[in-house]
Amino acid sequence: MGKYLLKRVILAAVTIWAVATITFVLMNMVPGGPFLSEKAISPAATAALEAKYGLDKPFGERYLTYLKDALHGDFGLSLKQRGRTVSGIIAAKFPVSAKVGGIAVLVSLLLGIPLGVIAAYKRGTTIDSVFSVVATLGIAVPSFVVCTVLMYFLGVKLGILPTLGLTSWKNYIMPVFALSAYPTSYIMRLMRSSMLDVLGQDYMRTAKAKGLSQKVSLFKHALRNAILPVITYLGPMVAYTLMGSFIVEKIFTIPGLGGEFIKAINGRDYTMIMGTTIFLGTFMVFMLLIVDIVYTIVDPRIKLK
Amino acid sequence: MENKYLVNIENERLSFFTPAGEVKALNDVSFKMKEGEVLGIVGESGSGKSVTAYSIMGLTAYPGRLVGGTIEFNGHHINDMSEKEFREIRGNEVSIIFQDPMTSLNPVYTVGNQIEEVIRLHTNKNKHEAKERAKDLLALVGINEPEKRLKQYPHELSGGMRQRVMIAIALACEPKLLIADEPTTALDVTIQAQILELMMDLREKLGMAIIMITHDLGIVASMCEKIAVMYAGKIVEYGTTDDIFYNPKHEYTKGLIKSIPRLDAKEHERLVPIEGTPVDMLNPPAGCPFAPRCDSCMKICLREMPPVTFFGDVHYTQCWLNQKEEFEGKAPEESAVEKGKEASNE
Repeated sequence: MGKYLLKRVILAAVTIWAVATITFVLMNMVPGGPFLSEKAISPAATAALEAKYGLDKPFGERYLTYLKDALHGDFGLSLKQRGRTVSGIIAAKFPVSAKVGGIAVLVSLLLGIPLGVIAAYKRGTTIDSVFSVVATLGIAVPSFVVCTVLMYFLGVKLGILPTLGLTSWKNYIMPVFALSAYPTSYIMRLMRSSMLDVLGQDYMRTAKAKGLSQKVSLFKHALRNAILPVITYLGPMVAYTLMGSFIVEKIFTIPGLGGEFIKAINGRDYTMIMGTTIFLGTFMVFMLLIVDIVYTIVDPRIKLK
Repeated sequence: MENKYLVNIENERLSFFTPAGEVKALNDVSFKMKEGEVLGIVGESGSGKSVTAYSIMGLTAYPGRLVGGTIEFNGHHINDMSEKEFREIRGNEVSIIFQDPMTSLNPVYTVGNQIEEVIRLHTNKNKHEAKERAKDLLALVGINEPEKRLKQYPHELSGGMRQRVMIAIALACEPKLLIADEPTTALDVTIQAQILELMMDLREKLGMAIIMITHDLGIVASMCEKIAVMYAGKIVEYGTTDDIFYNPKHEYTKGLIKSIPRLDAKEHERLVPIEGTPVDMLNPPAGCPFAPRCDSCMKICLREMPPVTFFGDVHYTQCWLNQKEEFEGKAPEESAVEKGKEASNE
């Protein structure tokens, strides 16, 4: 286990380095620059700004400087938000996104898993069909549609939920719903199909022959066997959801990291793009490692080597 | 004297209602078992062996349903029992071991967990007592180092060992009846012998009745007191082991016995297989279901189901050949050749 972890950490470092390098190269191939959108800057001023942020140096030198600074935990200053460091922006915005996203992850799990189990257990019945239609809708309808429909009816027409900011618990309802619609539906479908597989296994017949109740059979004997695909999906899903969704944050005016991500790309805020990408990459690699460890806990047949 | 028998099945009829139509899996199956008796049910795949045994513990798989007859087990009227009442007897008064020990244990729980679970469900033993009992059970079924095994997962044990664990689970609450559904089919021959020996040994010690479902006549010969030969959802012949092996009356039973390899066979002597294929249970024939494969088939066999003929108290069969005196004269010798013609006319 220890050896495995060491190997994974080394691999993770390589992965993150690759992510950083590819992002850096791609970023430099995209036309435009951070200061172009600003009105009427004299060539001298542009040159001065570029010199200040080191953008006048050749590509290779900038890359090496960046890597060196990043290794020391310095992701630089944001090019667009004057005077703020990239790390500072992430530290301020990530908790906001993570809170909304975290609730959405919990909701997806608490709804998706039981609903999937019930759908599998009641396969072929009306309940199964209804769940299946709802799950398909949840996957097919894009989140900006969910957001706007929710906002229009609950926020504007009925006026029962606030439409912007995060000042009270009521503010969380619509964004969480919009964020969790897709993962809930996806988990439900994963759970249903993997549960159907497990329900046909011999050990489920053994459980019944022992005289166990349906509840114990399903939630003790079947669930633990059927949940592996959900755990696999959960790794990247948690990383993405906690990072925040640009669409949901934009529509509900949530000051989260998802918005910053897109804003940075549009504004060619090079340091910010690098910072958020490396942050997401690291988070993702970490989640995948967690998934691997959870695997071994859930299924004793899986050994990490 | 209602409870004289542990199992009393009368005219059980059970059908699977599939999209393609009603599959009559069991047709008028009747048998009785005393406490501690060992009954072997033999027959080919799909003959209804397992379905018969499963129906005693309410394990009939969807879309199967009892459509007639009565089943009594240990004083319970199985026909009117609810799922909740079934749960109380399953694993407790009647338990089962399945064919494939590799897949019958849950891979993600320890052996100990799976044995203790059934003990705690049916008795009021606490966690510690259940663990002690599980350990005793493992020792009883001949597993070494029970303490260590309790903490192991099924994939860490061999096939034979897992079947022993299944037996331990089945015997945990000292059932009155143990159903063994081809318990050795998936095991090596050497392990087979060990498991069968263990089962007989445990039966001596614990005195439970056993229903042994198998297609291996060798197993029933050595283990069982009574044998029911099933074909196409019917018990075509029933009797003591001696009756079946030394005095078989049904052509199917005779065929089965002929198809066993013999130690004293002469050189070049071949095994005699039963020709043909099992009946289509969706469209069962009007007459005897075995008739199309029977070497001694007569016209009446294809038309009408034979009645039961008794030989003594126990031994009975359902075959027209044993009813000869009834229609002798009416139907002069009908040879297999004629039967062939009739079959081709259809």
